[in-house]
Formats: sequence, C-alpha cells, structure tokens
Amino acid sequence: MSNIIDARGLSCPQPVLMTLNEIKKGAAGPIVVLVDADASRENVVRSAQGKNWSASIEDAGAEGFRITLTRN
Amino acid sequence: MKLKNLFASQWGIVGIGVIIGILAALLQKLGNPPNMGVCVACFERDIAGALGLHRAEVVQYMRPEIIGFVLGSLVAAYIFKEFKPRGGSATIVRFILGVFAMIGALIFLGCPWRALLRLAGGDGNAIFGLAGLAVGVWVGTLFLKQGYNLGRSQATHAAAGWMMPLMCLGFLALMLAFPQIQGEPKSGVLFYSVKGPGSQHASLAVSLGIGLLIGFLAQRSRFCTMGALRDLILFRQMHLFSGVLGLLVAAFATNFILGQFHPGFAGQPVAHTMGVWNFGGMVLAGLAFALAGGCPGRQLFLAGEGDGDAAVFVLGMIAGAGISHNFGLASSPAGIGPHGAAALLIGLVVCVFIGFTMRNQTR
Repeated sequence: MSNIIDARGLSCPQPVLMTLNEIKKGAAGPIVVLVDADASRENVVRSAQGKNWSASIEDAGAEGFRITLTRN
Repeated sequence: MKLKNLFASQWGIVGIGVIIGILAALLQKLGNPPNMGVCVACFERDIAGALGLHRAEVVQYMRPEIIGFVLGSLVAAYIFKEFKPRGGSATIVRFILGVFAMIGALIFLGCPWRALLRLAGGDGNAIFGLAGLAVGVWVGTLFLKQGYNLGRSQATHAAAGWMMPLMCLGFLALMLAFPQIQGEPKSGVLFYSVKGPGSQHASLAVSLGIGLLIGFLAQRSRFCTMGALRDLILFRQMHLFSGVLGLLVAAFATNFILGQFHPGFAGQPVAHTMGVWNFGGMVLAGLAFALAGGCPGRQLFLAGEGDGDAAVFVLGMIAGAGISHNFGLASSPAGIGPHGAAALLIGLVVCVFIGFTMRNQTR
C-alpha cells in the first residue's frame, strides 16, 4: 500500500517537511505526494532524491502534480 | 511531463545569484544608494514615502525595481504556465508578519538582500544583521518542526492574482504621469526626495529593466534568501544557499572592480554601528520572514505569479514602513529610533504568539 501525502495548497517548506517526515518513518514506499505549485514539486523531488529516493511525476492539470516516490 | 527547469538546477540558482549580485552592484554605480543596489525593504519603504504614507523626506521614491520584480515574475509565470491565482491562507496573519518584518528590517536598515550587499561593500555591521537573520530563521524552523503553518491556500479568480501586478502597473502609471522635477519635493500626488537615499536612483528605464530581468529570473529559480537559511538549518540543503553565496561573491567582486568596496564599521552608508540592534532587528525580520514562508524578494515574486497571500505580506511591509517612520521606530545613521527597541520587543512577542498558536491546521 502506498502512503498519500496531500500537500496541495500548502506553501514551502510544508510539502518537503511532510515528505521527509514520511521518509523518516521508514516507509518502504512508494509514497505519493500531491502538490499544486511548481516550486513545491521541484522541492519535494529534490529533497527525496537527496535521500536516495527516485521520483516520477504525473501532471494532473488543474489538480496539480502527483509525485510518486520509490526507494532506490 | 514538463521540461526540466534549468534555472532551478544547482548551477541555475548559483548563476542567478551571481547575476543579481552583479546587477545590484552595478545599480549602485548607475545611481542607486551605496550598498543598496537592490534592497526590497528599503525600496518598499521608499514607495511608502512616495505615496505619502510616511513623511520622512529623505526616503521618498517610487522604486521601479520593485515594480519590475512583480511584473517580471508575472511574465515568467505566464510564459511557463505557472501563473496560479491563489489565496486565503491566514491572510491577516501575513499582513501582521509583513508589518513586523518591515519594522525589524528598518531597525537594521535593510532586508536580507541588502545585508548581503552591505557585507559585499565592506560594511562590517552587516555581519551582526546576518547573524540576527540566521537566529530569527532558526527560531522559525523550531516552530515549523512543531507543526506551525498558516494552512492551505485556495485557487481563486485570475483577477485576484492580478491585483498586485495591476497595483504595480498603477504605480508605474503614476510615475509616468508625475515624473520627478529637479529640486522639487513633490510632483502631482507623488513625493520625491530632494536629498538623502531617496534622491539617489538610477534612471527609470534602467531600474525598471533590471527589475524586470531579476523578477523573471527569480521566478524561474525560486531565489529566496530566507529559504536559503531555512533549508540549510531545517534540511541541511545547500540548494538555495548556494544562490545566496553566488550573490554575495558576485556583488563583492563587482564592488571591488568598480571601487565600491570600503571595509570598516564606522561611517558606512545608510547604516549605524549599534551591533545589538543590528542583530535584534534582523532576528525579528528573520522570524517574520520564516513564519511567512519567504524573504521580501520572494514574496514579490510569488505575488507576481498570483499568490494573493504573498501580495498581502507585501502590503503589510509597505504599511509597516509607514508605521516605522511615523512612530520613530526606524533607525538612522545616528542609531535606532526613539521607540525602536519597544517595537522590536512587541514584534518578537507577536511573532512568538503566532508561532505557538498556529499549528496543524492542515486538514
């Protein structure tokens, strides 16, 4: 089962904070993060990659982005 | 899948910091006040003065750089489909944070950008300001770790996102309608400084052009001086901080080449030597920026891409400038204002109250 973090509408650093907290919990992944700002998308992906997770991004249009993180 | 945003890459952010550093130092050569090539707090304060919201005669000028920041960001946001009108995340709190961010910045005499530019110009007092900024942001990260946040924003009408850009266009129209008249303190409805920092400025075209360029680049790169310190402290991430370092080194090098580097503590331009207050003012400003989620520059760029909450923070800063000068809170080269210390204390109490009481409203 994947964990879903809904960070839509939240500004930095909240989406990153929520993502890293989930990673810290030791989740095996994948983790799905929903964001609606481009800066948040970049920050979440960059932070996850820094923790050695890889990210794939789906552009959900007006709904924002759906980032799927998987442990490398 | 979007094209990768090169500006937001590691070298992108460093490059943009370098460009801002060079342009800021160059603006000083072209007429802007010394060690104040671009200072968001000072320039918003000058705008408050131009509008007559305070009547400190030496700091009144409708700074086109600020107008350029917002409009440059707007253009970039539209080109790259990132214009997203939004708002409604504890808006009134953002206004209050803006007010106290400005009060703190005017005790130090500069925003984080100017703190860097002052250091790059040899002003040792800036070290106290930057140390204060780091402490303020650090306190902000403690609140963030405890679950502090201002809640979600909502998508809104495009026109709502246009409010701040339209206001800036209005300011520009006022400037064109009532241009500065040599030696006159007023032109139409706008106030102008005859002497002092408000009288020192590059030409309208140069200021606006450089403002637009920086606004465009900063929107793409998400350049933020507060975020630089915050991410470093909170996540041990160097990304934004590397941009800040780029700005500092480039401004220093440009100053050095242009003969604008004058190391020392006493007699620095638009600065005072009261270390404790230089430190304290920036603790307050740094905390307010951290709680609001961006340095004053970043708030302008966010306002340009449709963020109404950031726009209200900007309005808070402009109102704060009026309050600062009307109430004698702002410092001058002679030292802090008569009520600066009291305002600093009140500001810290308010920010800590906000930090403690606004938690976990994410659901």
